[in-house]
Amino acid sequence: MKPHLAVLTRALATAAALLCLAAASDPSERLKDPAQEARARALFQEIRCVVCQNESIDDSDADLAGDLRRMVREEVAAGRTDAQIRTGLVDRYGEFVLLKPRFSWTNAALWTAPFLVVILGGVALLVATRRSRQVQPAELTPEEEARLARLTDNTVPPVDEITSKGRP
Amino acid sequence: MIAELGAFALLLALCLSAAQAGLSAAGRGLNSPLLRGAGEGAAAAAFGAVAIAFAALTVAFVTSDFSVANVAANSHTDKPLLYKVAGVWGSHEGSLLLWCLCLTGFGAAVALLGRGLPAGLKALTVASQGALGVLFLGFAVFASNPFLRLDPAPLQGRSLNPLLQDPALAFHPPFLYGGYVGFSIVFSFAVAALIEGRVDAAWARWVRPWTLAAWSLLTVGIALGAFWAYYELGWGGWWFWDPVENASFMPWLVGAALLHSAIVTEKRGALPGWTVFLALAAFTFSMLGAFLVRSGVLTSVHAFAVDPARGVLLLGILGIAAGAGFALFAWRAPSFAPGGVFAPVSRESTLVLNNVFLSAATATVLLGTLYPLIVEAVRGDAVSVGAPYFNLTFVPLLAAALLILPAGPLLAWKRGDLKGVLQRLWAAAGLAVLASVAAYALYDPKKAFAALGVGLGVWLIAGALVEVGERAKLGRVPGAEAWRRLKGLPRGAWGMTLAHVGLGVFVLGACTETAWKVEAAETLALGQTMRVGAYELKLEQASSVDGPNYLAERGVLVATKGGREVCRPEPERRFYPASRQTTSEVALCFRGLSDLYVVLGERRATEAGEPAWLVRAYWNPWARLIFLGPLLMAIGGAISLSDRRLRLAAARKAAPAAKVEAAA
Repeated sequence: MKPHLAVLTRALATAAALLCLAAASDPSERLKDPAQEARARALFQEIRCVVCQNESIDDSDADLAGDLRRMVREEVAAGRTDAQIRTGLVDRYGEFVLLKPRFSWTNAALWTAPFLVVILGGVALLVATRRSRQVQPAELTPEEEARLARLTDNTVPPVDEITSKGRP
Repeated sequence: MIAELGAFALLLALCLSAAQAGLSAAGRGLNSPLLRGAGEGAAAAAFGAVAIAFAALTVAFVTSDFSVANVAANSHTDKPLLYKVAGVWGSHEGSLLLWCLCLTGFGAAVALLGRGLPAGLKALTVASQGALGVLFLGFAVFASNPFLRLDPAPLQGRSLNPLLQDPALAFHPPFLYGGYVGFSIVFSFAVAALIEGRVDAAWARWVRPWTLAAWSLLTVGIALGAFWAYYELGWGGWWFWDPVENASFMPWLVGAALLHSAIVTEKRGALPGWTVFLALAAFTFSMLGAFLVRSGVLTSVHAFAVDPARGVLLLGILGIAAGAGFALFAWRAPSFAPGGVFAPVSRESTLVLNNVFLSAATATVLLGTLYPLIVEAVRGDAVSVGAPYFNLTFVPLLAAALLILPAGPLLAWKRGDLKGVLQRLWAAAGLAVLASVAAYALYDPKKAFAALGVGLGVWLIAGALVEVGERAKLGRVPGAEAWRRLKGLPRGAWGMTLAHVGLGVFVLGACTETAWKVEAAETLALGQTMRVGAYELKLEQASSVDGPNYLAERGVLVATKGGREVCRPEPERRFYPASRQTTSEVALCFRGLSDLYVVLGERRATEAGEPAWLVRAYWNPWARLIFLGPLLMAIGGAISLSDRRLRLAAARKAAPAAKVEAAA
């Protein structure tokens, strides 16, 4: 099965659409002004290729992604702001097109939940340590501490721990 | 014949798992050593039966037996042997068989190796693992049987997706599943402890090595997957916050939290309920991952073996197993004694804080992954949650956890001396600040957050080394004495240090690569050049190549830096006729810790009509560290594991000596 270059080239061309290759960096698409191009690329990473399997238009090689890139680049070149461009895309494709959901009341749960978990955990930790302070008002002597460690551990700690206990 | 043998062995394994669950549970209930032993024997036999089934499927793949439907769909006679074997776990059915192999394997390991376990706890653990085996083997036998025949058998198979024909990906699933399913034994330990009503230091000590083993395997599996994505997908990314990646990351995060909370339970008897909760959660997230990846409810670039009908069955299994586990938890956990007390500044507190941040990070990944489903169910709208969301939420949570990390191991249990610890860490802090400033000043373009990230990486590495130095009393005792202490440190201590250093190494690499990678793409005719970072690339020649099961176009480029040749990258663009797919074979030039990454794109024509090729190149500074870090973490885990075994063996050796003394 010796490959003939013509056959190979045709096969590669037909199969090219299957392959995703950081399509946005294609030199034939680029804007002349590097600052504008950088802005467009940053925007691409936040915009979903709506027909693809969870890819941004920066990564996708699909035709629609190419169309969207062209559109965004034109708007960047025309001097529209990022917010205007995003709004325009949402008007056309819905919120689905944004890989970064907007900060809005409807998305409040999404954006605040991570930090609520931290606050909850912090409160739980404070409550736990406060409770332990009530339980244990007096300082233990080193002898008592060692005995307590033996009792709660119910095994003899390894040697390094005995020595490390002497550390300030 | 081989396929029938496999099908029979699989069915036998299902029956043996049922026997394992029934006999072990009865052995505990009736307090009968005979029944308990029979349950353990059934556990070992179930593993043996699944191993036979697995071997049978492997033989079918290696001999290209296309009368087996699964082989016909996933293999091809031209495929290299490695990928014929890897094809075994390349499909829905085969990967589920691998899952069952790990599940029964861990069950057999506890049955055969867990000699020192209390009899009741061990019997219930083996029983619970058997029940899990029944669920998954039942699914394999009745809904996902890899041994179904085709009649008439096709002459040729449809081959494995060429993107998956890669060494890193061939070994990715065994490690990943070892990790995913390794958490099943931790789940079973938790179920057993809940039924027994005792979660104490001894229980935590038994759970820790299994957690460590599963977590280390998962670390390697995820890192291999990331490395594969890095060089096989052809755009130099290694983590995309894709639902499938998140599915593997959540059990990892919970496993990491569990490793740390189990230390608190083992050493101080505190947090028993929370540790059991995490033990249940880790495998629940593994099952959730299996469901998300295979059901197609979330769209993903890596959508793998998607089958919605069987996805519903997997959801059912998840509901039964996790539902039973957490119902048991809700019933029994409130009766647990709260355990040891500790002050706000103590090693316990930092470990709890670690758990708070890791839990928040897990919750973030879970919410971000499922949010589109939730919104669609509640509001009927379609929304997307992609990488930008995770970068804004997960990264700060992780950074906060990493910031407090070096202080943890230096603080004393119960009540620590924060001032003393900070005094010991000043050198590490100074180095970190210096690294941040240097990164900000030297790298172009200037990126403040990435520079802080570099500082954080140095803080982790230096902090871990300071801790080792403290243990050896380096600088406070004579050199020989410090060296003796250093050699005498338990392997567990070295394992922890290595894992924390690995984390720092990863942070260094991830921040540097993400912030300062350079990308370039040009259409090059033969002899033309392009620049990427400090390098110049010249396309010297392009030729066609005949691979074992593909045709390729290969570009030969010369990379020079300052006029001196540094390497000759040879990227390929491959076409696999069997599946009519094209892949790109990236050429990597190792430049120390950094990579020059070259991809051959499609063939085009210059304006003059000459043939030309689209060439993409990236300069990925310190990319090597992104994969070296997780490797160090996994090695750290393995070293800690070896420590445990040594200590147990030493205890056993010491016991007869004590007896002799007593006799004398």
